[in-house]
Amino acid sequence: MLSLYRPGTSPVHRARAGLKLAGLAALGTGLFAVPRIEVVLAALAAVLATGLLLGRLPAGALWAQVRPVWLLLAGLFGFHLLVTDALTGTVAVLRLLALVLAAAVVTATTRVTELVAVVEWLLRPLEVVGVRPARVGLLVAMTLRFIPVVAERAARIREAQAARGASGVRLGLLVPLLVQVLQLAHTLGEALDARGADDVPVRRPRRA
Amino acid sequence: MKTRDLAYVALFAAIVAVLGQFPPVPVPGIPVPITAQTLGVMLAGSVLGARRGALALLLFLTVVALGVPLLASGAGGLGVFVGPTAGYLYSWPVAAFVIGWLTERFWRRYNLAWALVANLIGGIAVIYAIGIPFTSLYADIPLSASAVGALAFVPGDVVKAVAASVVAVAVRRAYPVIELPTRRATAG
Repeated sequence: MLSLYRPGTSPVHRARAGLKLAGLAALGTGLFAVPRIEVVLAALAAVLATGLLLGRLPAGALWAQVRPVWLLLAGLFGFHLLVTDALTGTVAVLRLLALVLAAAVVTATTRVTELVAVVEWLLRPLEVVGVRPARVGLLVAMTLRFIPVVAERAARIREAQAARGASGVRLGLLVPLLVQVLQLAHTLGEALDARGADDVPVRRPRRA
Repeated sequence: MKTRDLAYVALFAAIVAVLGQFPPVPVPGIPVPITAQTLGVMLAGSVLGARRGALALLLFLTVVALGVPLLASGAGGLGVFVGPTAGYLYSWPVAAFVIGWLTERFWRRYNLAWALVANLIGGIAVIYAIGIPFTSLYADIPLSASAVGALAFVPGDVVKAVAASVVAVAVRRAYPVIELPTRRATAG
């Protein structure tokens, strides 16, 4: 499964994941607390400098995450031109662009395992109400592992239905797919139980 | 929470991911092509119930946030969580919870009509109730403009609510997962 992480050894790559996420949160709060054009422009420049110069990321790595919101931002600016004024529109759009870029920098420079560790750390206060933070890593790994499994089952069911003469039936695909997946989950739960997943807090070895 | 529930949650997160990779279906008369991802939100609530359904969506969003591009738009990473339409993403676990909660209430007399009630309330009303004000506040545009922008998606979402209800009723007959506290579990 393709991740958006770009390996590297820059200071941004080596900075702690928690620090980067805290910075992202601070940037988001700050930009909305101070909606001024010079602050927004400074933030945008700082984010680009951090990503491209300090983090030595290719511009494509950042563009990959801006691309999905590009049209939306353009439409938003057009709307502001019609309803409010160019300055308000510029602040609103550039503020979002700076945040999306900052998030792209964090995603591109931080390993999934490090981010999982931060999620586990954030969930630690919830241990008192019975949440097991160590399970997050296990669940993430299971989800990534099952995406190709589910996709493969869907393809197999579609082929079987096509062989029987059905074509393009999407609802007819979903029912057998869901039933197969639920049966798989049942088997998997038993396998996990057999390996004692429910007794000990699972501490997975850190893998890249 | 049993280990089997963990497996349900992880597998449904995977289903939501796979549904997002299905090619969008253009429907005549509907302005935006229908992607199957929110169908996954509705199915998670309808099949797994409130708690597990919401957790499946939380897990899916966590995996997206970790940088795996699993959204129907081909997006992933933290960027989508700070974008102008992020409110719709945040609404998904809530929507799955509401759908699941309603489904559990309707479980004994569950049929297409009740399924549709649950999916229309949780899968459309809840999602828009969170997504529209979020975009309005976040992008600094009036609430009405944000709502008009969302209107284009309503017909597709109604189609998905019907589809999810049909599938949920069939799955309940074949492999019921929701267990009511008063009734003994059928599968051992």
